[in-house]
Amino acid sequence: MSLERPETSESKSVQRHSADELADLLGDLVIGREEHINAPGYVIRPDSVQETLSLLKNEAGFDHLSCLTAEERADRYESIYHMKKFDDPTQEVSVVVPTSKDNPVSQSAEPVFRTADWHEREAYDLVGIEYEGHPDMRRILLPETWQGHPLAKDYDQERPQVVSLREHANPLQEDHRDDQDSETMYLNIGPHHPATHGVLHLECTLDGEQVADVNPDIGYLHRCEEQMCQNGTYRYQIMPYPDRWDYISAGLLNEWAYARAAEDLADIEVPEYAQVIRTMGAELCRIAAHMLAVGTFALDVYGDFTAIFMYAIRDREKAQNILEDLTGQRLMFNYFRLGGVVWDLPEPREEFFEKTRDFLEELPEALEEYHDLITGNEILQSRTIGTGVLPPEVAKNYGATGPVLRGSGVDYDLRRDDPYGYYENLDWNVIVEDGCDNYSRLLVRMKEVEESAKIIEQCIDILEDWPEDERNIQSNVPRTLRPEDDTEIYRAVEGAKGELGIYIRADGTEKPGRFKIRSPCFSNLQTLPEMSNGEYVPDMIASLGSLDIVLGEVDR
Amino acid sequence: MSSDQPFVTDDSQVLTDTRDARLAGADNRFNSKLREAFGSSPFILTKFDKFMNWVRGSSMFMLQFGIACCSIEMMHTYAVKHDLDRFGAGVPRASPRQADVIIVPGTIVSKFAPRMKRVYDQMPEPKFVVGMGSCTISGGPFQEGYNVIKGAEEVIPVDIHIPGCPPRPEALVYGVAKLQERIANGESSPVVVKPYELEQFGDLERDEIVDQLAEEIDTDDLVMRYNWADSP
Ligand code: SF4
Repeated sequence: MSLERPETSESKSVQRHSADELADLLGDLVIGREEHINAPGYVIRPDSVQETLSLLKNEAGFDHLSCLTAEERADRYESIYHMKKFDDPTQEVSVVVPTSKDNPVSQSAEPVFRTADWHEREAYDLVGIEYEGHPDMRRILLPETWQGHPLAKDYDQERPQVVSLREHANPLQEDHRDDQDSETMYLNIGPHHPATHGVLHLECTLDGEQVADVNPDIGYLHRCEEQMCQNGTYRYQIMPYPDRWDYISAGLLNEWAYARAAEDLADIEVPEYAQVIRTMGAELCRIAAHMLAVGTFALDVYGDFTAIFMYAIRDREKAQNILEDLTGQRLMFNYFRLGGVVWDLPEPREEFFEKTRDFLEELPEALEEYHDLITGNEILQSRTIGTGVLPPEVAKNYGATGPVLRGSGVDYDLRRDDPYGYYENLDWNVIVEDGCDNYSRLLVRMKEVEESAKIIEQCIDILEDWPEDERNIQSNVPRTLRPEDDTEIYRAVEGAKGELGIYIRADGTEKPGRFKIRSPCFSNLQTLPEMSNGEYVPDMIASLGSLDIVLGEVDR
Repeated sequence: MSSDQPFVTDDSQVLTDTRDARLAGADNRFNSKLREAFGSSPFILTKFDKFMNWVRGSSMFMLQFGIACCSIEMMHTYAVKHDLDRFGAGVPRASPRQADVIIVPGTIVSKFAPRMKRVYDQMPEPKFVVGMGSCTISGGPFQEGYNVIKGAEEVIPVDIHIPGCPPRPEALVYGVAKLQERIANGESSPVVVKPYELEQFGDLERDEIVDQLAEEIDTDDLVMRYNWADSP
């Protein structure tokens, strides 16, 4: 991005506020100040959440509620709202809301940011904080009959649990009872269904052929990832888990999210050589992930299992082969280490470069094929153009990121806006389409593959010329990492699906005190009802496909 | 064969003629080693059970069933490079009613287990289960999680376990081929009652948890009970 960076940052220059200016803006609302590594933190009372967030949103331009972290501390419960600006994500602020131990109730932020809906339900489910004024305070990830809040301090994991399996009732039936023409019908899609991309349950209410209401019911793959990470040591034991969040081969992208947060937390440098390898590997992953997204989208829209899906898998297979050479694994790479990567490029290097170059060389032709088969196909066009519309303001309000947001015309990409790795020094573009529909989200992914290919090509050129005795793949990292007590950090990277952020609070030991994953799919999936209410069922399936969700990342 | 002697037929001649006609000529698509061995007779004798087992093993309909990361490798197994179809086991069926093999590819958590059991119950007999990956075997990397079932075996009977995280497509192909071999030999794991079955809530032993939930849950509701302390 280096070539265009000055110009874009000028055109996008966003007013910066110093920490004190923000404190002045918030005035009496602030009852304390904190300093997190990523941003200043303001402590507020639990009954002034909406006021504070709307001030920050409307007056200071923090229009992106990227994450909500809830936690039980020794003497209090705490919710932290991480806010950013879509126009400049390097400007961040955290709003800390402590509540008392015996009555953990805090005001809901849902009226200010729609995305808070699910985030707060999750905080209630896992930690046990209640949000006053929330429209629908239910469990979201765990079964409704679950007893206790697993990330709270007094939770007994050995305790038996009873999980019910019920018929679902039609939520709209009452409204329509006396209207003969619009009988609504209730339809369950999933959790075992070929079109849901995994174990997702959609509770749909149909009015004739149209979707009157859809409620995504998640939690069928909630694998306790946050707990697993909190039980692992920083240095080695956490790294295998990120691979399993967005498991569509986006492993290295996810690993980078953890690596970035932990490295900044523990002040670890990464050698430049390793950064180039990371960048290359991550983009290969992005290609593999987008390929599957495109293949399954075609499968969703016109059931094409024989051509496009197979083509997509063929190209994914090539990317996976290269990644296997690089990392030693096909899917769960576990390749990053704090401070670098685990090993150098495979020997003989020439062969590796050649293989990768061949892949890149064949890619344009393959993409041509896809464009013929998919984007140039009239049937697909008439099925996807103008369906599943997600206006930019709505997308922002829901905290959607990645291709979903860029397909709605918002120019937001952390690789450029909050640079990390080697992206700054490379020449590539952020793809933005302003159709806001299923088609433009598809188009964004297809074009991003080209950009990723450009990045990989440049990385290879750089790696090839790297002097042999300066190939430093890892910096010196202490054997055990013990970041200082009470340091907090939130860092995000641009994953295949969008902003993948990690919040860590260190508690002075070699394991994190709180490890929170902000997954892009979780926020993206929330937009599904917005996109599909009033549409036909198959268009809803297409919208779901265009969101490209991975349940491993939605549920974590 | 001469036509003026209608009632006397030279068997050996007929055999050979038919055979030659089949073996030679432009179109010999239908000739196989098997055909050669059988001659012109279209009949073979075998035990019906044996035959059925062979049939079952040679045309398996797989349930299209994806749970977690392992299902990505499962998709690769169905697709171009590995092509499970070559082994007579690659027709993915979207409905459990049409399938006789279920590959369980991933982590099973408490909310999903009753649903999976229901899908399994809906499959027609005889049915077989392939457990793919460490999660399906034991809970894998998430074994210590508060929500994770420690293996599919806790919910449904599994015929073949394929270790790995995820197993490579080659491993899955091998596992499926092994399963076919076993089915053809008439071996499969007996369906036994497993520790966690769907039960009616009203029939559960009354303990603290059941008492707590008694008001929320209708006694006719189906429920599944998880006893984390006693599971492996
Ligand atoms: S065994 Fe590994 S790859 Fe398979 S579902 Fe479990 S974590 Fe994912």
